[in-house]
Amino acid sequence: MNAEGWQHYLARIEQLARDAGLQFHPVEFEAVPDSFMMEIAVYGLPVRMPHWSFGVRYIYQLIQRHMGHSRLFEVVFPGNPGHAYLATGNGLAENILVTAHVLGHADFSHNNLLFQRCQSQVSERIVEHAAQHARQIQQAIEAHGLERVETVLDAALALEQHIDVDQPLRRPRYAEYAESPKSPVDDAFRRRFAALETEHSGTVLAPRLRAPVPPYPERDLLWFVAQYAPEMESWERDIFLAVREESFYFYPVFATQIMNEGWASYWHARLLREADFIAQQTYLDAIKCHSDVVRPVAADEQVALGLNPYHLGFALWEHVVAEKGLTAAFAIRTEDDDFSFIRNHLTADIAAELGLFRYRARDGRIRVLEMDVAALHEAILTPKYNFGTPTVLARHVHADGTLDLGHEHGVDRRGLDLQRSRKVLEYLQRVWRRPVRLTTVDQDGVELELSAP
Amino acid sequence: MSGDNPQRPPTNAAKWYDLFSRGARDWLRHDVKVRDAVRRHLPELVSDGELIGGGARTVRVPVKMLEHYHFRLRHSEERDGVGQGRVKPGDEFLDPAQGAKNGGRGGGGEEEGGVELLLELKIEDIVEWLWEELRLPNLAPRSGATEDSEWVREGWDRRGARSRLDRRRSFKELVKRRGAPGALPNFTDEDLRFRQLARRRRPAVRAVVFFLLDVSGSMSERDRQLAKTFFFWTVQGLRREYRLLETVFVAHTIDAWEFSEAEFFQVSGSGGTVASSGLAKVNEIVRERYDPEQYNIYLFYASDGDNAASDAGAAHEALTALAGEACFCGYVEVAAGVSRHLETGTGRLFAELEAAGHSVGSCALATPDDVWDAIRSFFTAEQRATEGA
Repeated sequence: MNAEGWQHYLARIEQLARDAGLQFHPVEFEAVPDSFMMEIAVYGLPVRMPHWSFGVRYIYQLIQRHMGHSRLFEVVFPGNPGHAYLATGNGLAENILVTAHVLGHADFSHNNLLFQRCQSQVSERIVEHAAQHARQIQQAIEAHGLERVETVLDAALALEQHIDVDQPLRRPRYAEYAESPKSPVDDAFRRRFAALETEHSGTVLAPRLRAPVPPYPERDLLWFVAQYAPEMESWERDIFLAVREESFYFYPVFATQIMNEGWASYWHARLLREADFIAQQTYLDAIKCHSDVVRPVAADEQVALGLNPYHLGFALWEHVVAEKGLTAAFAIRTEDDDFSFIRNHLTADIAAELGLFRYRARDGRIRVLEMDVAALHEAILTPKYNFGTPTVLARHVHADGTLDLGHEHGVDRRGLDLQRSRKVLEYLQRVWRRPVRLTTVDQDGVELELSAP
Repeated sequence: MSGDNPQRPPTNAAKWYDLFSRGARDWLRHDVKVRDAVRRHLPELVSDGELIGGGARTVRVPVKMLEHYHFRLRHSEERDGVGQGRVKPGDEFLDPAQGAKNGGRGGGGEEEGGVELLLELKIEDIVEWLWEELRLPNLAPRSGATEDSEWVREGWDRRGARSRLDRRRSFKELVKRRGAPGALPNFTDEDLRFRQLARRRRPAVRAVVFFLLDVSGSMSERDRQLAKTFFFWTVQGLRREYRLLETVFVAHTIDAWEFSEAEFFQVSGSGGTVASSGLAKVNEIVRERYDPEQYNIYLFYASDGDNAASDAGAAHEALTALAGEACFCGYVEVAAGVSRHLETGTGRLFAELEAAGHSVGSCALATPDDVWDAIRSFFTAEQRATEGA
């Protein structure tokens, strides 16, 4: 081990990264125990609101760690400054690698447009915001009791992914009244016609029509419930909006995972190669760690039935830089998200080289399908559409407050899981406090309606 | 940044996250919710015959982890995915996910593999929940020499065992002795005060409960299991309520024998049914050991009701004699999977006595779920007719 230590390397790696053209806000590093790393992985943020469902994830995470499936080296949160947490269990070589990796992430989140847009909404201090939400919810628990707060969180977190990132975070309510019909075009005919209208010239006030709520099917369910639930209290609405704000932060992380992990892996490999100040042995240790992270399949397997986003992203970026040059790569990391990145840059050749294949699982058997790049793209991207959740829209609020939800089964090509959907309706009904109904289709494609109560 | 170890990024050892784990906090909250859910399903829990395993003081209940529900697409027979490895189109192999799912007791946790928790519940806790609203019917103080006595703490003395030294009280004595302001004097033996125990006597409320079980050939294994489940929870509950409760376990076919509790729950027999033999045995034991003047007597009889026709008269006689002395006689008719509504010989016998004003009651057990209802129907009965009308 090199006695000069990590502090010494940090400054030099940062310099190297800036020289290579990476742009990033300063990153604050902190070493934290494994247990805390695990909690960050469970909650997605270092300090987040309490809810029993995180306890469930925590147990699964404990089991996984116990079985040796997962080891976390780092977690990084974008922002200004960024926050990076490294596991205290990391050795020096691992920490050097991870530092370079973190800088790759920092560059990505600083420059990628999707990140930029969401950060411009949420601000660059999501870590602090989430901690503030946690405090706000703690205060709500003290004021209103755990049961009531939990009821609200059950509903809000169940709808966590049902947001609309194309809308602003601080979104105004719908217009109260329907738009008045457009005034007719001013042309010669209209002028002559108007000239004829001498008999009833008295101005008639057109009655203003109330706009239906929602005026069009609404997918931003968290916002919609917070704004239009007939009987919610203001602290309950605040909880919905807090969950929504965190979802706005999570969306770009989710929608650029392959690119982002690939980009960070590409840069840690490249920076390490260029860092002549690292001792030979440390470099070897770090490179070994790198190959463990970006390998396509686990060591004891021949075939993986899933993708390692680190490996796929890393391989794609290597090709992009080799074929199009670094300047083009920088432009791509700014403009793309996973959808465009995969479609534009995963070619049939690369897919064959990586050994990617599509399969169909049925009756306990896996059958490998014909190679088809377009279909492969879709198979990779399908789990990522709409924040990875079925498309459920708020369609109408009746005069008595009954809420109609509709599932876009045409888009998802399948109906909803009825038992789970019913439970979600029950959660929602407890805060909406009026009947809630949902239409979807059964396995034969026949439309059916669920309702709570 | 200040780090004492330059090998690593700075770490603040005394950070809050060393003292407090949010994951553990939410995990505990999850467990509380699971416990509440289990408690709400107590009747089903009670009906699970497997719980009655020997002398264990805890029961392990397998429970699924709670799921926080989200909108999901329905499970599809077919699942498309992307993998990586050296394969050719058309290759087929076994789905490893399938094996894992079958191992994990099916359905439910598609994504997470459906982990089950073994929730350990103390039998006392379950009984506590069960018996919150239940009472032995018609319990009355009985005269007699026997008294209930217990040790209670009462007063102080200057002598006593060192372990009973009351420091606060002794110090007060010291302060009292000081009299004037100034330095405290030293302790002397005079200052020491020891807590004393005294024996308290109070009139006893004594009860004896007879459990009579028909183990004849017509009782199937499931019938016996049902009856034993009912008895088990009854014993647990009564023990908790009454410290001076005696229990007698009798099994009968055409003959009757007394058993110890441990043996009783293992008994199985064969042969015909003569209810009077069991009732006569109970009568005999009452005469020998339990004076109705001193004891509240209870009888719970479980049978399938198929009493020999020739025994009707004798059984009626024996039961009438017993019912005259007992506070309450309960009859559970066990017929797994059949609902006959007590229209059997024994059923009619108890119905007759009930109509005649004796404090008896009956209940049918057809499925494990009825156990809870049966316990409830017998032990919420404070409004039951008082004995010996």
